[in-house]
Amino acid sequence: MSAVQVAWLPDGRLHLNHGPIDLVIGIFGAERAVAAAFGRAIARFDGLLEELVAELPALRSPKVLPLQGAIAGAMAAAVAPHRPAFITPMAAVAGAVADAVLAALVGPGVARAYVNNGGDIALYLAPGQVLRCAVAQAGVPGLVTIRHSNRVRGIATSGWRGRSFSMGIADAVTVLAANAARADAAATMIANAVDLPGHPAISRRPAVELQADSDLGARLVTVAVGPLTQAEVALALDRGAQSAKALRARGVIAGAALFLHHEVRILGQMPLAQTPEPCLG
Amino acid sequence: MTGDKIRCDACPVMCYIAPGQTGACDRYANAQGRIVRSDPVVMLSRAVEAGGRLVPFARPDWDGQLVTPEDAFVTGIGAGTTYPDYKPAPFIVASKVAGADMVTVVTEAIFSYCGVRVKIDTDRHLGPEGAVVRAGGEAIGLVTTAEYGSQMLSLGGVRHLTGGSKAEGRATCATELALCNGEAVELAIDGGAAVVVQVGAAPIVNGVCEARMRVGCGSATIGMFASGWRGLVDEVVVVDDHITGVVSEHQAGKVLGWQPTGIRIKGHRSTPGRYFQVSEPGLGWGGTKLTDPLEILGPWNPDKGARPGLTLLMVSTTGEDHGYYVLDEALVAQPRPLPESLRATVRLIAENCEPSLCSVLFSAGAGGSLRAGVTRNPVRLTRSVHVGITRLTCGGAACFVWPGGGITFMVDVTRLPPGAFGYVPTPALVAPLEFTLPRADYLAMGGHEGAIRSLAQIEAEGAEYATAGQVQPWPGALP
Repeated sequence: MSAVQVAWLPDGRLHLNHGPIDLVIGIFGAERAVAAAFGRAIARFDGLLEELVAELPALRSPKVLPLQGAIAGAMAAAVAPHRPAFITPMAAVAGAVADAVLAALVGPGVARAYVNNGGDIALYLAPGQVLRCAVAQAGVPGLVTIRHSNRVRGIATSGWRGRSFSMGIADAVTVLAANAARADAAATMIANAVDLPGHPAISRRPAVELQADSDLGARLVTVAVGPLTQAEVALALDRGAQSAKALRARGVIAGAALFLHHEVRILGQMPLAQTPEPCLG
Repeated sequence: MTGDKIRCDACPVMCYIAPGQTGACDRYANAQGRIVRSDPVVMLSRAVEAGGRLVPFARPDWDGQLVTPEDAFVTGIGAGTTYPDYKPAPFIVASKVAGADMVTVVTEAIFSYCGVRVKIDTDRHLGPEGAVVRAGGEAIGLVTTAEYGSQMLSLGGVRHLTGGSKAEGRATCATELALCNGEAVELAIDGGAAVVVQVGAAPIVNGVCEARMRVGCGSATIGMFASGWRGLVDEVVVVDDHITGVVSEHQAGKVLGWQPTGIRIKGHRSTPGRYFQVSEPGLGWGGTKLTDPLEILGPWNPDKGARPGLTLLMVSTTGEDHGYYVLDEALVAQPRPLPESLRATVRLIAENCEPSLCSVLFSAGAGGSLRAGVTRNPVRLTRSVHVGITRLTCGGAACFVWPGGGITFMVDVTRLPPGAFGYVPTPALVAPLEFTLPRADYLAMGGHEGAIRSLAQIEAEGAEYATAGQVQPWPGALP
């Protein structure tokens, strides 16, 4: 069985891999503090997957079951606001892992840091610090600027083109929230809501036919989206925007950007700048 | 049960993958029933990093071989055997190892004397020591001495293979074979649990998959985590079937200045803060039969520090079970929700537990007649193995050889390639075996010099199964 893989990227970022988890971590601050913080991140990552696997059946269940681990608990908390709709704690796994590693690495002398778990990003900002993150989609190179005062510490993206399955047709939904787990779960749910049920141009297959032990079971997930009229795109985005709006009104998310076929809807706090700057994630 | 899905063991997620699909990582896929990597392997860069030798390929002079003779080690897997054994073993191979002229004698040995030692990482009570272990209702072994955090089974062996009924022998052989080849087996222990065992996988005890091995005994758990509880709770009891620890009385607590609480534990006090036999072995808290940990507490003593409002954490050695209590006016412990600050300490115990696994060692005696396939002086081979001149390997895997007489060895079955073990209907197990030693030593011990062949010859000619030992009719006997 493979163990944790630790690799340094040429620009000083850290790449951690274990099984399905890939983290890219950037830490900024005093040299010694950064080195120590990377050490803490690696230490936290060691054994993290085993911790999740120990409770995998409960994490894949839509039922509310007792959970032991800290990350499992964070996953459950992140998906709770979306019930009674169908959701399992796995909808927040990537974000919750990013949050956990970020929490472990923060320490004295760290000015800012991010843990990017395949597009689900947990952020740390010391007072006065700013972090810019590119949200590029279908020719819309946008930049999100997160400040210490923003209270946003999680960014997550979901959509049928991504690695996880989606029941909706959004190319991508990017969500800003208080932490990455919350953003992850909300992005999943909003992306599911961007949909045109029964539309002939949309191909769907049961999730189990694509991945035998998917937590989505026999539920249909999107595998292809054909051409849609402008009105259809608008209708699908409206449905997603409605879901995002409701989540924002309840304080679950801070903002969201919904992308479908070159159309974008932006809700709430999603300060997109059009200046292309280097992406930190 | 899972159709044609296969289980990927590349990482702890252990995905079931159907043909044509990938696992959760998108890196491993099921291609025609085999797990394959779906992205480029990094073996070449690894080999360079490790200073390994590269074999240039696709050049005009490339002979198409991936493995060079210097890298080759012939194993006994699929070698076959030569019975009766005075005939030379089927493969006696000469090769150069670090400049020395080495001879490897390769055979597949038939082991009547063989068994498996199974280590099951759990504190759950699987059965009393000495209890009979059954497969398909047949006795195939017994529960033996427990190890630290693990239960041990000793299965197979000659008395079950050939010393009992035919059904017993068949069940024993099938179980040993399955365990050695990495398959799951269901075992039932008399007066104990039903357990599913598979090497490298978590044990399933009475239908419940074990997650964690204990972090240590109750006393060790106190020693490891006492400082983290300081200031958060007045008393901590770590419930463990072996040694239950009490922080206020334990040396670790004393050093930290923990105050006496007047707690009373039922059980045999070993040294301060360490208690044996607080309950009986079982499937409950910390390998005891407890479901309510308060059962192990006697009345609290107000003269020794017990007072209303005193707080108590009780936790198992895996962190799986825990309870928080506050003493009421009558000094009776009343359950209360676990405060968040203490929840972190319970998680820390859980975090420090290793995953619970089954491991299997194949144990067998190679001291019999198969030695004659190696040399005409069998005892010289035994001596050579014991002094370390001859290296014994099983399918290429290093073996531990028991001191004392004979060649009784043990090998971790996961070190052998898949499917390396076989059986004969005797019943007995068949396992590969290789004896490797310098050529000069081989000749000195009376080795079959005439049967030594080079790797190239072996590749060209295959095995040598002598046929001269045919039974001839007695002169003058009737046909």
